[in-house]
Amino acid sequence: MAQLIATLIMLLLTFVTGNLIERRHYKKIKMRETKFKDMLTTNFENIPYDWNASEARLVTSNVVISLDYFKRFVANLRKVFGGNIVTYEPLLDRARREAILRLKEKARARGYNAIINLRLETSQIANSLTPKQTAGVEILAYGTAIKINLNNDNTDVKIPIPEPLIQ
Amino acid sequence: MNEFLVSNTESIPGKTIVEFYGVVTGSTVRAKHVGKDILASFKNIVGGELKNYTELLQEARQEAISRMLSQAKGMGANGVINVRFSTSSIAQGAAELFAYGTAVRVE
Repeated sequence: MAQLIATLIMLLLTFVTGNLIERRHYKKIKMRETKFKDMLTTNFENIPYDWNASEARLVTSNVVISLDYFKRFVANLRKVFGGNIVTYEPLLDRARREAILRLKEKARARGYNAIINLRLETSQIANSLTPKQTAGVEILAYGTAIKINLNNDNTDVKIPIPEPLIQ
Repeated sequence: MNEFLVSNTESIPGKTIVEFYGVVTGSTVRAKHVGKDILASFKNIVGGELKNYTELLQEARQEAISRMLSQAKGMGANGVINVRFSTSSIAQGAAELFAYGTAVRVE
């Protein structure tokens, strides 16, 4: 009985804190995404011919994000009935966007203004879904940071700046 | 020879590839630290970023990259292009971080 109550308290507590952390993280992500709106990022292997590019350097960034107790509990229930594990989806979304933002921050800090050939990789760090053991996903983002000259005379092609992803 | 060029594209802007030396690789296997793991298990209850793990993996990946680069330097290359990364968990609590690319001479 005591154990059941403890589990329930734990679930309630982590539901609140987990959601709080997630909401705060999303707020921060959105803020930073608008800040990096003008940074051109593509997953093209080569630079489009009309981009006057100079200098290139590999940049990498990573992030490890873990789930809270409540979300793992829900996911374990889901595994019985099947279907989308909704609680896992924002986790991966957050991690990916965070990794890309860090990559952009790194590139900008070093004076680059565009990233090409962006690649994302996902890996499981500790392969455990049981609530007691640590489990997290690592997202690695890497790409080539380049410097492009947008005010070049021979470029009358305007590079469209994409809207940031809104969620 | 000036700066060593590393890129994950097939070419380097403003440079031409004059010689290929073949594929270079670098890897490292890391296990996590007990202290870090205890901290992480706390974080694991409330969710959020595991900063210790992020740092650990970042360091390990840097190590893999530098091993790859030293192999390339040994060949006489001055750049590595088309770099790719891969991560695999070898055993419970240990991960292999692997980086590979093509060593080239650029001008």
